[in-house]
Amino acid sequence: MAQTAAIGDRDAYFLERLDRGDRIEAEDWMPEDYRQQLVRLIAMHAVSEIMGALPEKEWVPRAPTLYRKLAITAKVQDEVGHGQLLIRVAEDLMRPWGKGREDIMADLFSGRLKYHNVFHMATPTWADAGIIGWLVDGAAVITQGMSLSCSYAPYARALGRIVEEEGFHIQHGESICMALAEGTPTQRTMLQDALTRWWPALLMFFGPPEKSQLSTHQLRNMRYRIRSKTNEELRQRFFTKYVRRIWSLGLTIPDATLAQDGVTKVWTYQQPDWDEFRQIVMNHGPRSRARLDLRATTYQEGTWVRRMIAHHSPA
Amino acid sequence: MARTERRSIQEIKDVPDLRVATQAVLFQLADDDMVIGFRDQEWLGLAPHIEEDVAFGSIAQEEIGHAAHYYELLSQLDLGSRDDLASLRPAEERRNSVLLERPNGLGTYLESPHFDWAFTIMRHYFHDVWEMRCLGALTQSAAIELGLAADKILAEKRYHRAHQELWIKTMLDRGDEQSQERVKKALADTNEWAADLPDFGGQECLFEETRIVPGASTLSTSFWQEIDAFTGALGLPRPSGTVTRLNGRRGQHTPALQEALEVWSEVYRLEPGAQW
Repeated sequence: MAQTAAIGDRDAYFLERLDRGDRIEAEDWMPEDYRQQLVRLIAMHAVSEIMGALPEKEWVPRAPTLYRKLAITAKVQDEVGHGQLLIRVAEDLMRPWGKGREDIMADLFSGRLKYHNVFHMATPTWADAGIIGWLVDGAAVITQGMSLSCSYAPYARALGRIVEEEGFHIQHGESICMALAEGTPTQRTMLQDALTRWWPALLMFFGPPEKSQLSTHQLRNMRYRIRSKTNEELRQRFFTKYVRRIWSLGLTIPDATLAQDGVTKVWTYQQPDWDEFRQIVMNHGPRSRARLDLRATTYQEGTWVRRMIAHHSPA
Repeated sequence: MARTERRSIQEIKDVPDLRVATQAVLFQLADDDMVIGFRDQEWLGLAPHIEEDVAFGSIAQEEIGHAAHYYELLSQLDLGSRDDLASLRPAEERRNSVLLERPNGLGTYLESPHFDWAFTIMRHYFHDVWEMRCLGALTQSAAIELGLAADKILAEKRYHRAHQELWIKTMLDRGDEQSQERVKKALADTNEWAADLPDFGGQECLFEETRIVPGASTLSTSFWQEIDAFTGALGLPRPSGTVTRLNGRRGQHTPALQEALEVWSEVYRLEPGAQW
């Protein structure tokens, strides 16, 4: 009963609300641990969108045609817009700690706050921009789709908008990849090389498989109804959704062991190097330092601009 | 020809002086928007404020979108496809103002960018004012498609100009002494290179006679009047006179344009004629 649980036991009442399917709003009371888990997740998501703009951004001014130039500018703008939306959700949660956006950015630059593994990778060709749009965003929608049912309402609402836009990004990326797949030998090679380069990073995107053991973070987030699926479940969904589509473009996935069991429908695949994954997210990836430096330099040089409007923006 | 007579691009194609005038003004507008749109794209993801990344993303799309429309009209004059016009013409054939090809600052968008925000805003403001002056005249153009484009594009340009005006005011009113100095320097730097911006490369008479750009010879004066009224009201005097250097309207450019062209056409040039 809500009333009995509420007396002297806010935590139990809070969990009961979650079990009822109640959504939590920014002003509601919440356990400190719940707040921390949310900030950890949402701040990481926000900076991943902000840093995630940079790999594709490398190709924004170089996009081949006027049409592609317009489309990829809009796409990368959306990603930054997602960062903006999410950083506001995180800021609301951090307000009781007296912290905000500048702290999130400082934590990103100091390496305290990690950003997603995929955005540490190099994007040496135009085809990389296509693969990111199609398959990285495809992977992201699978993860974020799960979080639409997140117990924290402001995050779920932001994700609703984000997932809708990501749907367009996937079409944009797929369209780039299809044009290359149907193009000249040079274009096809460019696409195949990009897929080969990105495949391990795409598998890593979902995080290490749990085997039989869930991490403490995962267990807590499931208890808090922040997430509802395991890394491996999400990766399996990705295979089911994309592997045949990739094959249908005549591309080779660099894993000869990749196959789906006819009965269990479970995909077997070659594990990527999870030690490498840990190195990458610790900012030791191929482009980690360079991209952080790029963003940090311009952010620091823009301090005077933000200072002018700081006392001006709504509290 | 009668003052009120208006013709379509298809008709203009076969009338030499109309064709020359239409082509000339379209190349200026298209090349201006293409190169400034490229400079805007360079900022994406690197702006001082996340909200400004989003703003510059929009402005870049609109500039390139306008350029695409102008190139499309040029392609209707049988000058080649719009993508070839945007990406394959060499620097000496480009008619953009030299001011707009100036880099955003030191470094490149890929490596060690030390971009100048105040200059970016001020230079863009000059561009917005000039393009709006041109479009205002083009609403009365003898070329039907130019009039239609001008009406539509003017509506978007107003927001660009308002964005830059707001930032210039903010830097002066809300900033400290240092930011005020930055704005003054930005105005001096912009002014120094602005000589060829409000210029038609000596074709004003043809533009007026054909009524492709009615009142072409008065636009430069009204451009400077608007700039001086705005900066004057802010107590920001413009340094006297511009330094005459190269004239982009006559195909004279700095190496910065060639460098930008190599970047924006890099992929397109890989496989000429391929579908991208």
